[in-house]
Amino acid sequence: MTDPGSSPSSGSSDGPAPASGLATLATSRRAVLKGLAGAAGLAVVPGALAAACSSSSKAGNAGSTPTAGSGSSPATSGPSPTSGGASGGGGGNVTGTVTFGSNYSDAVPKAAFAAMIGGFTAKNSGVDVKINTVDHNTFQNNINNYLQGTPDDLFTWFAGFRMRFFASQGLATPIDDVWDKIGGNFSDAFKNASKGDDGHYYFVPLYNYPWAVFYRKSVFASKGYQIPKTWDDFVALQKQMQKDGLVPMAMGQKDGWPALGTFDIINMRLNGFQFHMDLMAHKVGWDDPKVLNVFKQWTEILPYQQPGATGRIWQDAAKSLLNKQAGMYLLGSFVAQQFQGADLDDLDFFPYPSIDSANGQDSIDAPIDGFMMSKKVKNKDAATALLQFIGTPEAEALYGKTDPSDVAAATNADTSNYNAIQKKSAEIIKGAKNIAQFLDRDTNPQFADDTVANMIDSFFNNPGDVQSQLKSLESQAKQVFTS
Amino acid sequence: MVSANPAVAPSPVVRKRRRRGVRTLSTRDKVVLSLMVGIPLLGVLFFIWFPAVATVLLSFTKWNGIGGLSTIKADGVQNYVQAATNYPPFWPAVRHNVLWLVVFLVIATPLGMLFAVVLDRNIRGSRVYQSLLFLPVMLSLALIGIIWELIYSPNFGLLNNVIGHSGQHNLIDWLGNPNLNLWAVLVEACWRQAPYVMVLYLAGLKAVDPSLREAALVDGAGPWQTFWRVVFPTLRPINIVILVITVIESLRAFDLVYITNGGNNGLELLSVLITRNIVGQVSRIGFGSALGVVLLVISLVPIVTFLVMQLRQEKRS
Repeated sequence: MTDPGSSPSSGSSDGPAPASGLATLATSRRAVLKGLAGAAGLAVVPGALAAACSSSSKAGNAGSTPTAGSGSSPATSGPSPTSGGASGGGGGNVTGTVTFGSNYSDAVPKAAFAAMIGGFTAKNSGVDVKINTVDHNTFQNNINNYLQGTPDDLFTWFAGFRMRFFASQGLATPIDDVWDKIGGNFSDAFKNASKGDDGHYYFVPLYNYPWAVFYRKSVFASKGYQIPKTWDDFVALQKQMQKDGLVPMAMGQKDGWPALGTFDIINMRLNGFQFHMDLMAHKVGWDDPKVLNVFKQWTEILPYQQPGATGRIWQDAAKSLLNKQAGMYLLGSFVAQQFQGADLDDLDFFPYPSIDSANGQDSIDAPIDGFMMSKKVKNKDAATALLQFIGTPEAEALYGKTDPSDVAAATNADTSNYNAIQKKSAEIIKGAKNIAQFLDRDTNPQFADDTVANMIDSFFNNPGDVQSQLKSLESQAKQVFTS
Repeated sequence: MVSANPAVAPSPVVRKRRRRGVRTLSTRDKVVLSLMVGIPLLGVLFFIWFPAVATVLLSFTKWNGIGGLSTIKADGVQNYVQAATNYPPFWPAVRHNVLWLVVFLVIATPLGMLFAVVLDRNIRGSRVYQSLLFLPVMLSLALIGIIWELIYSPNFGLLNNVIGHSGQHNLIDWLGNPNLNLWAVLVEACWRQAPYVMVLYLAGLKAVDPSLREAALVDGAGPWQTFWRVVFPTLRPINIVILVITVIESLRAFDLVYITNGGNNGLELLSVLITRNIVGQVSRIGFGSALGVVLLVISLVPIVTFLVMQLRQEKRS
């Protein structure tokens, strides 16, 4: 469906992807198939398999709540900084082997990751870093067993509930000593996003990317559309687009997660960031009237949304924006993967319009990807030194040079090589007061990607039924969140 | 011979003979025998009975899969109650599993048999048709899902573009419309299942003694009668195999819906729900096990029926 080569930045891709089983299935059967294919002269098979890998691979969402751990005091009782060398920039006298479990399995992030690790080993010739790369869907589906079995010293992961969950289950090592060295490189939002429920640091962020409304500058210019700042402008714009024969808002919900972004942003605009986080933590129920209001708000613009959303993958929805059939598309900045050359230059985005002036445009979904240390770390000194190196602008620049699709997490990272989308992404993230991760990173991912996603599917099919859908959602949430 | 059939009440003579039979075994024979029986027995116990029993036990507990066995909490029949009353995908999944079975039994399998009978008549180009029809069987189900996705895709798919429904306003959302997508996927499933049955049946048909047909012909039977009165009954063993395969294939249906949309929104199946609750970052092992037990019970129905039939037949012969 999409060009198999074009799902590169999928360090950022992760999540519930239905495609998860696919890669494994496809590979494990490939050998068998080849044999059969040979016998039958079926040359089509390998090509079709390659196509298979792309069809529903997603870039996604996974994340954390920045303010979550904020009440607790940082780093008071953490393990005292360990002996090892570990000086600021990672130059030091540590030795031995560090193993690194990586889900950066697509070509571009994989090369970028290797480049970054290369920067570390260049300075610490005594350390041998072994990278074990695993397909990212497989990695995520097996994370439970992986962390309880014989995990690598360090592993790639996501901020948010997904990080805090494993931290609170005792499967990760607190890394307050890493943050003693790198703390100055990050803003408070990132610091908070890197803490577990106990207030200790467990996570070193690498990059993030914003969710916003994407559009083509040329379309807006030729039709004289203005960037909507308020809800009324937004509705009026969509009405006008429909009149002009455009699909106002593209939508591809086949993989279950993309529409969660729309819920997130309307909820944060309407009810505020704190309510959103409380809902994610299930401190308020999904049957709260405020949640119903989100769907009422959504119903208002539902007629302008691309029909048939539940059967369309996000790449196809992006294509309708690319082909100028759709006017706008709310998605993560990885949508840019579908645009090349002049089309990419024509792509621009704006933050979701304000709904309630009390909240303005102060919140955004900007999922953070990064690294954690497993509980069973074998070479803690060297692993600590490596994380301290990763937390520097220098290391992030090494990564960003090869994979230029995201925004480096460090505040003092070098942005001179950023393209227009990256520059604007950095700006919009900096401008937001609150950074959410994404629904399936801020709450129990299983609940988000199955139960909430299902509810939104049925909302698309029967918008009138939303009240009973939310009631059922809440009664399922009660079951999931009480343990 | 007789001693091999414990169901028959042994006469005194038989009992005596059997005892002597055992006694004549040398030590070596006994060792070999116990190894030959013991190793598979251990295998079966460990790989089949242990997981099955563990699943049943786990289905009465609550566990997120992290930590030792002490973190497992007993939860009574809550998981079953929750599945039946507070898990919207559950009943659709049961319905879809049954529908899948019915479609395979009523459409895919008879279609495959028809293909086999037609091809067996050695029509011209029979080999070509055979290869073409057999093609889908060689593809993995995952791959079949992808191929059909290209056909069903709403805006850019083959089907909608051919029938002129790819526009925004007359779009047919084959895989997204919850009233439509199960049928769309069943077409994919039959596309593979029918030729699979065809191959099996064709092999059976080739083995039928041609003199039977000749005899039928001599007796003045038409092709229809020949098939139903003569060929079909002689194929009884193959028919049973096909029946079993049809049931198994429909109960383990998973790949196609999983590839298509992860088994949501009209494509729920029990197998998908089990996977979804057990595999992943935050699992509900107990709940997933309860769903597994439900699927096990459903599978037991055809298995028990089959076994009872087999045993009865053995007794008769």
